[in-house]
Amino acid sequence: MKSPFSDRLDRRTALKWIGTAAASSLIKPGAFALNSSPAAEPGVTIAAAYDGPGYGADPDVIKDYAPGELWPLTFDDHQRRTAALLCGLIIPADEHSPSASDLKIHDFIDEWVSSPYPQQAGDRKVILTGLIQLDVTSEARFGKKFVDLKSAQHAELCEELAIVKPEAAPDPSEAAKTKRSLQQFFRTFRNLTAGGFYTTPEGMKDVGYTGNVVLATQPKPPADLLARLGLD
Amino acid sequence: MPLITSSKTQPEYDVIIVGSGAGGGQTAYTLTMEGVKVLMLEAGRSYDPQTETAMFQTGAKAPLRGSSTPDKPFGFFDATIDGGWTSPGEPYVRASPGRANQFKWWRARMMGGRTNHWGRLSFRNGPYDFKPRSRDGLGFDWPLDYEDLESYYERVELLIGVYGENHGMENTPDSAPGVLQPPPAPRVGERLLKKRSADIDVPVVAAHRAVLTQRQDSKNIPAKLHPNNPKAQRVLREAMDSRAACFWATSCGRGCSIKANYQSTTVHLPPALKTGNLDIVPNAMVREVETDDAGRATGVVYIDKTDGTEHRVKARAVVLAASAASTVRIMLNSKSKRFPDGVANSTGLVGKYLMDTVGASVSGQIPMLENLPPLNEDGAGGAHVYAPWWLYKEQIAGKLDFARGYHIEMGSGKMMPKMGTGSGLEKFNGGGSWGKNFKQDVRRYHGSFCGMAGRGEMIPNEDSYCEIDSIVKDQWGIPVLRFYWKWSDHELNQVAHMQQTFADIISACGGRVLSGGPEKDRRDAIHPGGDIIHEVGGAIMGEDRRKSVTNQFGATWDVPNLYLTDGAPFVSNADKNPTLTLMALAWRSSDHLVGELAKGNI
Repeated sequence: MKSPFSDRLDRRTALKWIGTAAASSLIKPGAFALNSSPAAEPGVTIAAAYDGPGYGADPDVIKDYAPGELWPLTFDDHQRRTAALLCGLIIPADEHSPSASDLKIHDFIDEWVSSPYPQQAGDRKVILTGLIQLDVTSEARFGKKFVDLKSAQHAELCEELAIVKPEAAPDPSEAAKTKRSLQQFFRTFRNLTAGGFYTTPEGMKDVGYTGNVVLATQPKPPADLLARLGLD
Repeated sequence: MPLITSSKTQPEYDVIIVGSGAGGGQTAYTLTMEGVKVLMLEAGRSYDPQTETAMFQTGAKAPLRGSSTPDKPFGFFDATIDGGWTSPGEPYVRASPGRANQFKWWRARMMGGRTNHWGRLSFRNGPYDFKPRSRDGLGFDWPLDYEDLESYYERVELLIGVYGENHGMENTPDSAPGVLQPPPAPRVGERLLKKRSADIDVPVVAAHRAVLTQRQDSKNIPAKLHPNNPKAQRVLREAMDSRAACFWATSCGRGCSIKANYQSTTVHLPPALKTGNLDIVPNAMVREVETDDAGRATGVVYIDKTDGTEHRVKARAVVLAASAASTVRIMLNSKSKRFPDGVANSTGLVGKYLMDTVGASVSGQIPMLENLPPLNEDGAGGAHVYAPWWLYKEQIAGKLDFARGYHIEMGSGKMMPKMGTGSGLEKFNGGGSWGKNFKQDVRRYHGSFCGMAGRGEMIPNEDSYCEIDSIVKDQWGIPVLRFYWKWSDHELNQVAHMQQTFADIISACGGRVLSGGPEKDRRDAIHPGGDIIHEVGGAIMGEDRRKSVTNQFGATWDVPNLYLTDGAPFVSNADKNPTLTLMALAWRSSDHLVGELAKGNI
């Protein structure tokens, strides 16, 4: 059986994807070990975000803003499709709320990784590198880019990347390193997806946040809840 | 008399006030209500909370979901303009090496200063807090007692509106009946924290905050605050009637467009302007206080930031209320033949004994609070409960390895989701999840977290001070401050005690510590100096003019018509957050100034 994060991916295929990414000016091809983190490799550089000013120390806090309004976005069409797909896998529609991709959280993630502020620079590297690595791994295992996989294949990868079991001693193999790197990417992507999603009205409703409305009196918590917690 | 530009100032005023925050606002209020003609200079721009406050805006429509950036360190909606840990064009220098020796300086260049965003926690200092040296031999005593300030605490509480409760606790003064507004009920998680804290003998009671939970009694309070002054009563009655009570939504840090909480721009400045006795020039960056040959203050020099021009304004008295460090900076930059080391600095003490509040934080997760039903726990937009310092007896008996106390600000609730919601769940949901399971996990854990922040007293020391940097200047060519900082073992040991106590409370709730617990080195756990934004001291008051900068009324010993009414004259920095005490002192100093003006002494 093929190792889940095989280091036997043929080099030509890998370079093809790296070339695609390079064409989009995100990375420069160089000495690229197939299954280690590209960001850690010399010669592979994620292009810096827009380095213009941010919104300044006296922004208009009343108006509404949309991704791309304050600084240019980064994702090309393929990255945007991949990010949208991942958003929908991490937060799918259910009986409580729509999916993160329905709410275009991938555009928020693009805004985030394109930010001129230093806090987002680390996430930019993780996300842009991870999106490439996800395709490299999908190709190695299934012979297709991530967006072209079947839903069972998406599920297989998500299951491996989302759930990180503690290891007694970290496996030093290249495949294990790649897996850990992709798990870090997945965790970051999930955090951003969640932050983007749960700050929307739909997300707030989903977690049972019912505030931000004018009330005449302070609402009382339900008596049965207080009783259950021994606080009545 | 209103908001004006530099070209519209009068030839001379009774009093110039530098700064429009809690100290400047209170001073302007008290003076103008007594008929004193005042010019206020504010370094920041004009600001209107009624039209500029982001009340109901949500993260989804804000850049980066409203999260913090170097431009807006407390988040996009925080009511801070042209400020934060840096302020455009206005550098400062941190001279001490190492994280634990840093001093961070938060400024807000806007009308009302930092009062627009503050936490509104309003605690009275107790009797011990005015005589700390007499009690434990450390630091300095104040040149006044609790009894001297008690009636001023009451006046400020009645004027600004403070919710809270009286509990008769040691060194935690009660207010007179009817003074405090009713406190909000604790949130569900806070009820649990309160109950389980009591099990380990940590008393949790209602917080005191400057938020109206009901309309003010505008029929009776004005006559109480301004007896025999019908005009002041009328002005205050109108101002009180323009304020609404809290409508149980939105965070106070954004400011408040309905004036339910205190900020100088909604509570102090409108009635002061209404008297017709106040001119305010915004964008006025004061460089120095000028004095005459007799050593009396004659006025100030400022740069109008709108066009860079220099202006000179004159008055019978000058009040500095620019914030402790800014006041020190203006004094040290006010050099003359008579005051070669800065105005009113014959002792060389200006800049010395800078203090902040000791801070450390621990967060936890409490399984009992998982799967809460839908709730609205916005409450009064800030803290509902706290634990006043409870170990005075143990401390004075020598059972603790630190000399001064701290209080605990604690919170838990099903609050508005923000960046960070849904993050970090892999620590307790089996290593992480995705899909419908992830959504279920976020629902389960939202509202199950708690946070505890310790706020403790720092003892003034010789190594925490500021001076003028010999090289660096701001964009108007004004020399800037250079800060030195050091924590002593009293503060570091206090932090270790906080960490253990907070972990014990979380354990008592059946929860787990997520960050900041006792295993974290106390030097990493303690916030850097200035981080709590309670900077006070630098021009301490005292009974002995050789050992202090001002008398008990904030009037400088060297220059009797130069008053300081911000945090600069603070002699100690009790764990009780300084703003209420600062306002009470400012009112008392202003009464003294009114008397001196009336007597013709000034």
